[in-house]
Amino acid sequence: MYELVSGPLVWISFIVFIGGSLYQLGSMLKLAKKDKVIYPYMSLKYGLRSIIHWIIPFASTNMRKRPVMTIMTFTFHICLVLTPILLLSHNILWYQSWKISWWTLPEATTDIMTVIVIAASIFFLMRRLVLSEVRFVTFPSDYLLLAIAAAPFLTGLVAYHQWLPYKTMLILHILSGEIMLIAIPFTRLSHMFYFFFTRAYMGSEFGAVRNSKDW
Amino acid sequence: MAEPARSIVVDPGLDETIKKLTPERIESTIKKVLTKEAAARLKVYMQTCVHCGLCAEACHFYLSHDKDPRFSPVGKVKQTLWEIVRKKGKVDGEFIKNCSRIAHTECNVCRRCSMYCPFGIDMAYLLLLVRRICAQLGVVPQYLQDTVNSHAVTLNQMWVKQDEWIDTLQWQEEDAQDEVKNARIPLDVEGAEIMYSVIGPEPKFLAQLLGNISMIMTVAGMDWTMPSFDGWDNSNMAMYSGDFETMARVERKHYEAAFKLKAKKIVMGECGHAFRGAVYDGSKWLSWKQSPVPVIHAIQFYYELIRDGKIKIGKKFEKPITVQDPCNVVRGRGLGEMLRYIMNAVCEDFRDVSPRFEHNYCCAAGGGVINCGPPWKKSRVEGNRVKAEQFKATGAEVVVTPCHNCHSGIEDIVDYYNLGMHVKFFSEILVEVMEIPEDMKAE
Ligand code: HEM
Ligand code: HEM
Ligand code: SF4
Ligand code: SF4
Ligand code: SF4
Repeated sequence: MYELVSGPLVWISFIVFIGGSLYQLGSMLKLAKKDKVIYPYMSLKYGLRSIIHWIIPFASTNMRKRPVMTIMTFTFHICLVLTPILLLSHNILWYQSWKISWWTLPEATTDIMTVIVIAASIFFLMRRLVLSEVRFVTFPSDYLLLAIAAAPFLTGLVAYHQWLPYKTMLILHILSGEIMLIAIPFTRLSHMFYFFFTRAYMGSEFGAVRNSKDW
Repeated sequence: MAEPARSIVVDPGLDETIKKLTPERIESTIKKVLTKEAAARLKVYMQTCVHCGLCAEACHFYLSHDKDPRFSPVGKVKQTLWEIVRKKGKVDGEFIKNCSRIAHTECNVCRRCSMYCPFGIDMAYLLLLVRRICAQLGVVPQYLQDTVNSHAVTLNQMWVKQDEWIDTLQWQEEDAQDEVKNARIPLDVEGAEIMYSVIGPEPKFLAQLLGNISMIMTVAGMDWTMPSFDGWDNSNMAMYSGDFETMARVERKHYEAAFKLKAKKIVMGECGHAFRGAVYDGSKWLSWKQSPVPVIHAIQFYYELIRDGKIKIGKKFEKPITVQDPCNVVRGRGLGEMLRYIMNAVCEDFRDVSPRFEHNYCCAAGGGVINCGPPWKKSRVEGNRVKAEQFKATGAEVVVTPCHNCHSGIEDIVDYYNLGMHVKFFSEILVEVMEIPEDMKAE
């Protein structure tokens, strides 16, 4: 079992993640031609201006209006993206199979970052349950996506601390990581790459066409 | 939490039209709009929205209904487009009726929410798609459809006939001469610098605005003209009902009038949606990236006149006064700074609103909502309590609304919430305070 999930399935998940993302982006670019306004309106300057205002904490009005959410979402996303990349154990695996390695964070730090992702996921879950404007637009799939995003962190944490049978947890961890990678291109988790395009388009429409700001 | 039941509104444009629908027609129409007309934006917006609800507080309908989630931008899309897509178009007439209610009467397509969504998802665009589906099925609030029919038949919004139009202009020219003795409304002058265009309701209900512009243009010494023929009306309700074919005819005619007069630019009266129709939605549909003739909104025009000293201000307006930033020219064109410049130029005691500029709340009348007529008035006014609170906080006695829809909508709000304010167009203040040179003054 371990051989399967840590061997071929890793390959498959990375191929699906990268291939699927490229496919989605490709079909978006093709569909964008049919949507006649997109290419004519796109502007590098205003697109970037908008992205910058929405990728820096508290740089937009709505972020300032919701400080707790802003802090939560930024720490969540920063930790979610950086932890697996800068994690020592992941790095060792990359080194073992590809002989490549890069800078890593101390394990104590990544451990805390993992806890932050889990805590923020719980915060998102509570928001979904408590706030009526979020609950109203919540589907079972939203809980599922949150679970898919949180699972590698939860299982990784348990495996690292060896709180439960290590081997099983490790298999579960790797599986959940693979599920997440595969899910990204085909679910709303694809906001990871669409973000830059939706923002750039709206920024261009507001800036280049309408002479106003969108933050 | 159980949401309060919705009040029942009788509107034959919805109640009767859905009786003629068949499931096949609904399905094929939806399919056509969603696959032939919509493309990347629909797909990406649908897949990117993480259902986070962060856009909710952008919407005045949501805020004014004590945060009832059915009125949040994403809530409105959920009740309409998401269902349509999820059921692959297999929805019934009642559902389409509810879509029209939400998309036509509970959203002003003001795009405030796209400034609050972290992804910049254009919910107004999605709700316009819903309107498009409804319009293609013939399900449109009756009053709104009537204005569209008028556009389709007469190319103006209010069934104004050409002789009435010319009569009104001449009558207003004479009225203007009571103040400025050489005031004119020059008709069909080829090669004039400016073609001035207005919206249908001006000759119909607000003719004095035509007299005002005659005085202003004369005092400023402008080389201007107005068309006596079709194309004089720049308003466009078809853009808001979802009848984009008619929208395009109206806009084309408007520009053709300018081409025919060989005007260098079009200056338009104080209207937000007309500007949007001419410069954005209409031009886009006609495959022009930008308007083929420069279109200058009244705010910018007055700004230039005052800045360049073409109009001199005498005794400033004294009463405390505030302003409505019309979405379609402030969020839609960035004219907020110019608007403040002209307000301060003509008033002693200008009290700004908060939030303001791009972040101002819509008046809830725009986007065709006020044109849905009396049946929907109560829901529209109740949907904008925050606007009343915002104005009240300024302590002003007068509100300037450089947009026709804002004007009518805010009059209703002032009335309903007993704000005791006067609602005025900027030009009404301007003609009160501008200096009329001695040699132009009527005896
Ligand atoms: C797809 C293949 C993956 C493999 C083979 C893998 C493997 C591992 C291994 C061997 C560990 C170390 C456990 C220990 O210290 O004993 C680990 C920890 C961890 N992994 Fe992964 N992982 C994968 C995917 C992911 C993904 C996609 C994420 C997150 C997005 C992730 C997040 C973590 C975290 C946060 C920890 C450490 C938890 C802590 O230190 O508290 N992993 N992973
Ligand atoms: C790196 C690029 C990414 C960007 C710019 C981004 C941006 C956003 C934004 C703007 C939101 C909206 C709500 C909020 O502010 O929290 C959001 C929500 C969310 N993101 Fe991301 N994201 C990215 C990557 C990811 C990845 C890789 C995952 C997980 C696989 C993820 C999981 C989530 C989840 C689960 C939510 C929803 C929280 C909820 O339930 O309300 N994001 N993201
Ligand atoms: S009324 Fe304005 S803020 Fe509200 S949903 Fe429509 S476009 Fe968005
Ligand atoms: S439209 Fe934007 S803000 Fe609103 S729920 Fe979707 S992602 Fe969140
Ligand atoms: S009527 Fe005025 S405030 Fe309302 S949408 Fe139009 S421009 Fe905006």
